[in-house]
Amino acid sequence: MSSVTMAKAINTSLRDALRKNPKTLIFGEDVGPLGGVFRITDGLQKEFGEDRVFDTPLAESAIIGISVGLALKGFRPVPEIQFDGFIYPAFDQIVSHVAKYRNRSGVPLPITIRVPFGGNIGAVEHHSESPEAYFAHTAGLKVVTPATPGDAYGLLQSAIEDDDPVVFFEPKSRYYLKEEIDLPSAAVPIGKAKISREGSQVSVIAYGPTVETALQAARSAEQEGISLEVIDLRSLSPLDTETVLASVRKTHRAVVVHEAPVFGGFGAEIAARISHDAFDVLEAPVARVAGLNIPYPPARFEKLYLPDADRILQAVDAALAYG
Amino acid sequence: MADSAQVVREQDPVRSVLRADGSLAGDPRRALGLTPEGFVDLYRKMVSIRRADQEALNLQRQGELGLWGQFLGQEAAHVGATMALEPTDWIFPSYREFGMAMCRGIDPATMLTVFRGLTHGAWDPRKFHFAPLAIPVATQVPHAVGFAMGSRLEGSGEVVLVTFGDGATSAGDWHEAMNFAGVFKAPVIFLCQNNYWAISVPLPRQTAGRIADRAAGYGFPGIRIDGNDVLAVFAATRAAAERARRGDGPYLIEAQTYRMGAHTSSDDPTRYRTAAELEAWSSKDPIARYERWLRAEGLLDQAGVDGIGKEAESTAEKMRTRLREAPAPDPGKAMFDRVYSRPSPGFQQEREEFESSLESPG
Repeated sequence: MSSVTMAKAINTSLRDALRKNPKTLIFGEDVGPLGGVFRITDGLQKEFGEDRVFDTPLAESAIIGISVGLALKGFRPVPEIQFDGFIYPAFDQIVSHVAKYRNRSGVPLPITIRVPFGGNIGAVEHHSESPEAYFAHTAGLKVVTPATPGDAYGLLQSAIEDDDPVVFFEPKSRYYLKEEIDLPSAAVPIGKAKISREGSQVSVIAYGPTVETALQAARSAEQEGISLEVIDLRSLSPLDTETVLASVRKTHRAVVVHEAPVFGGFGAEIAARISHDAFDVLEAPVARVAGLNIPYPPARFEKLYLPDADRILQAVDAALAYG
Repeated sequence: MADSAQVVREQDPVRSVLRADGSLAGDPRRALGLTPEGFVDLYRKMVSIRRADQEALNLQRQGELGLWGQFLGQEAAHVGATMALEPTDWIFPSYREFGMAMCRGIDPATMLTVFRGLTHGAWDPRKFHFAPLAIPVATQVPHAVGFAMGSRLEGSGEVVLVTFGDGATSAGDWHEAMNFAGVFKAPVIFLCQNNYWAISVPLPRQTAGRIADRAAGYGFPGIRIDGNDVLAVFAATRAAAERARRGDGPYLIEAQTYRMGAHTSSDDPTRYRTAAELEAWSSKDPIARYERWLRAEGLLDQAGVDGIGKEAESTAEKMRTRLREAPAPDPGKAMFDRVYSRPSPGFQQEREEFESSLESPG
């Protein structure tokens, strides 16, 4: 066992995918000699050569568009979009083709689109967004996001091995979060949530960067004698509704947490499913703790925008006090 | 084999092999490597796809198809380009390449099921080396470049042809893909069927430049040819394919042609173009011109023309019958089967709920 950061776990997962399958290709902006702006692809070009790990021109739509052609040719493309806020030029290719090509042609497209996402890094505009709901809304895509180094390794292995396209959101504020693990760590199937912390009074449902925030809230709550169960969705699409419902049937209360704005956010899907499928056991309305309904704010104000442990605990208190 | 583009006269602003009157502007026989049967086959295919295209329009008018986008007038581009490639070379079409699909051996009745609203894609692209139709304009261009990059990486030797209209050259995807192709020296042929109209918007509103010249900006050559001249299209495509196969990278062909029909069966071109313009292009008809030359060369006589006409009639008739007999697929299968390779339990559950809702009355 050693202390492994999420950045290291993803880098190792990419290296192992390149080793396992000669058809795996990694490309994008600055992923070659630089090793990516976050160094996630560090050393990969040196080890696997410029044919398999390569820099592309700066054009997100074409980065995804060529992935479609390469996948048709039999490759497993793992393109990187440098930042969440730069994925929009590729939106048409992802939604019109990556998601729908199999449905149109019967040909599977094993493409894994890696996207660092989320805020809390003090960045300028377009570098802190959480666009996951756009993609989770699109049938034909799978959308996943890890919260821990071990899950990052295993989930990325599953994504690259999957015959269908996966959007792999990496919580960039957690790139340096550490975990005591051995790599390679266990495979993590797509579509399975996990209980990050067991509890009995309120289910806190989170994914990506907010899992750690929810765990902080749970530790604080414990001091006050309140028991929170933290669920890490890991996969937004497909969604492991069963794990969520089983938890809510136990706790009777749910708080959903994400960084993306609350309006039309992925939390609405969770809240709707819980409200519909576990209505009979709920003792409080499902609460959502999420970003404000504004464009992501300037860095000076991001702490006020992002869900933190205090806001989660306020929602927990309200749920416990309800009725 | 000599570089077949040599048959294309350098000094012409629009390069052709056949003049509009059917006389020859160069000697294509030696350089094109076509046998007498090969020359006649180009004619046969143009006649056949034109007849099928007309039949498809008839079917739309009779309510058998939801929509039809005719390619009348563009037969030389469809046949010349497709037949200049190896069958293992890939073609990435837009949505008007029914003629190319027929040349690739895709059953026209099967293809029409797309326009009958039964499926979004009726053939296996891997079997025919023919990608699905791409309806959002220019979005197929980066796919073709990616495939060609893969072909180069593998050294598998396939060349890729991607075709699109003049409107596509305004789109970002087109420029991004051209740039990638140049940078990665991808074995890809960009075939622009410049038919002057993007629905109702004429070429001067798409670009102030020459489409063929755009290639220079991306570091590879481009030529403008007479797209209604099947031999010019064949020659240019063959030359571009040989070049790509040698490892010399991409090539842009701007084939000047004209969409004689409406954009689709939902369009009314009388609102934006004149009868005189149509008349002028009628005199450049690709089939009539080629037929005159074949007859003058003694490669085709009246009996041959009649026989080919009958064959085309029979193909259209079979297409019509087969289309009308095509069974409507099971809704559950049609809508859910191809979304995911391994559907999740939640997806399966939705499918089952949908299917059982069909079974239960009310």
